[in-house]
Amino acid sequence: MISWFRVAPGLWAQFGWRTLLVVAMLLGAWELYVDLGGADPLILPPPHAVAQSLYDDRGLLWSNFLVTAEEVLLGIMVAVVAALALASAMHFSPTLRGAFYPILIASQTVPIPMLAPVLVLWLGFGILPKLVVVALVSFFSIVVTTLAGFAAVDPDLIKLMRTFDMPRRRVFWSVELPSALPGVFTGTKIAVIVAVIGAVFAEQAGANSGLGYLFEQSIPQLLTARAYAAVVVLSVFAIVLFALLTLAERLTLPWAYRPTGDPQA
Amino acid sequence: MPAEGANRVTIEAPPQEPAQRHDTGGVRVERVSRTFAAKGSVVHALADVSLRAAPGEIVTVVGPSGCGKTTLLELICGLQRPDAGTVTSAPAALMPQRDLLLPWLTAVDNAALALRARGMGRDDARVTAAPWLERFGLAGFEQARPAALSGGMRQRVSFLRSLLAGKPVLALDEPFAALDALTRAEMQGWLGHVLATEPRTVVLVTHDVEEAVVLGDRVIVLSPRPGRVVRELEVTLARPRKRTDPELVALRERVLQALGVTE
Repeated sequence: MISWFRVAPGLWAQFGWRTLLVVAMLLGAWELYVDLGGADPLILPPPHAVAQSLYDDRGLLWSNFLVTAEEVLLGIMVAVVAALALASAMHFSPTLRGAFYPILIASQTVPIPMLAPVLVLWLGFGILPKLVVVALVSFFSIVVTTLAGFAAVDPDLIKLMRTFDMPRRRVFWSVELPSALPGVFTGTKIAVIVAVIGAVFAEQAGANSGLGYLFEQSIPQLLTARAYAAVVVLSVFAIVLFALLTLAERLTLPWAYRPTGDPQA
Repeated sequence: MPAEGANRVTIEAPPQEPAQRHDTGGVRVERVSRTFAAKGSVVHALADVSLRAAPGEIVTVVGPSGCGKTTLLELICGLQRPDAGTVTSAPAALMPQRDLLLPWLTAVDNAALALRARGMGRDDARVTAAPWLERFGLAGFEQARPAALSGGMRQRVSFLRSLLAGKPVLALDEPFAALDALTRAEMQGWLGHVLATEPRTVVLVTHDVEEAVVLGDRVIVLSPRPGRVVRELEVTLARPRKRTDPELVALRERVLQALGVTE
């Protein structure tokens, strides 16, 4: 069994100190630019003001973060379940595959900022339209990578199982689905990043809480540091979700993890 | 959507009627031809091929690459149907050239897969497979995943998996071609030993002439595509056979001659 302690340093090596160095340099340049009078601190708050807001408004940020986190997590879960079901159905039926693939692609061309207000009109100000938007933006990448996982199963392996008289249903559960699981993880990792953006659009279309709502409220009040703080929280949330998924993949599918392969595989 | 179906895995429905008439554990292939349509051209894989394997007999089929050897085995296993001729075989399990072990399963669970395929419970299947792993020199590796096993070990697990399918016929598709020469020689000796204690009707295809002569009771030589039988040789030498035995060397030369290799 691979323990947390053996995996965590690997993650650190992957995302760690080099990233921190680049971030520190960018923040330093930004701070310097504002301090030297390049922009009005009210329009472009310097990093130290954003950090100050992160601390001062921590209660407000936290309560709104919980709202957005719930939308994102539930939305992703809906997307994973629906994507697995649809990908499996498309894998089994070429007819369904032909029918749904163009619709899937079309679903990604829908401009979310335009769709979100319409969904709010229809589904109200509650969590439902947020879930729909988050699931809609997350769904596609999971379906595509899961289908690729199914397609990558060696045809000779399927033939072999047939000479063992393995029933079709069992071939799916014992051979094809496990083979597709790394694809499910890859798609979900891509999805969490866009899911956070989707949640913000949905909140801006109509909500009374959440980080997107907080951001929208902060700008007219010229509380720009707080608006930036909300963005920071959102980004960190997405990164943490991505890292947790990477960790979960290595713990649950150690056989699929190749230390020398590319991090996305 | 162009090329949509190109990389899809299609699984044919199982044939409605049994693909083969069950015989007494043997294999009979009579005047079989098989043709494939491939990208506008037609490929004749097998032309008028006949062969027989009596129950318990080891028949090795040797021929150049692309002479339809794999097609022949898939016909015997009922995975394909002949365009002409008949294939009569007792139920056959395939053992592929690549080990095709499932990377997420341990050695014992991989070996037990054919048992699980027939609906045996997980624990029963493990208990059944475990002593076999020991017999196959895999003691201590029961819980190892394929990535942690050597090539020879993986082939042994793969062979065990096919053996435990419990079918009277084994169709072995160049089982040792992917191994290094030393391991291959070792595995050939090992296979001869296992089949002596665990008799099955075996059809083994290979492009390794020595392997064909060392392992077979009978050697069938196929021509390049379209594959036809150009020679059939009985090997009556006692087992275990020595590669340096002059009679075996002479047989090897005859097979090479039949393949058109002259030294």
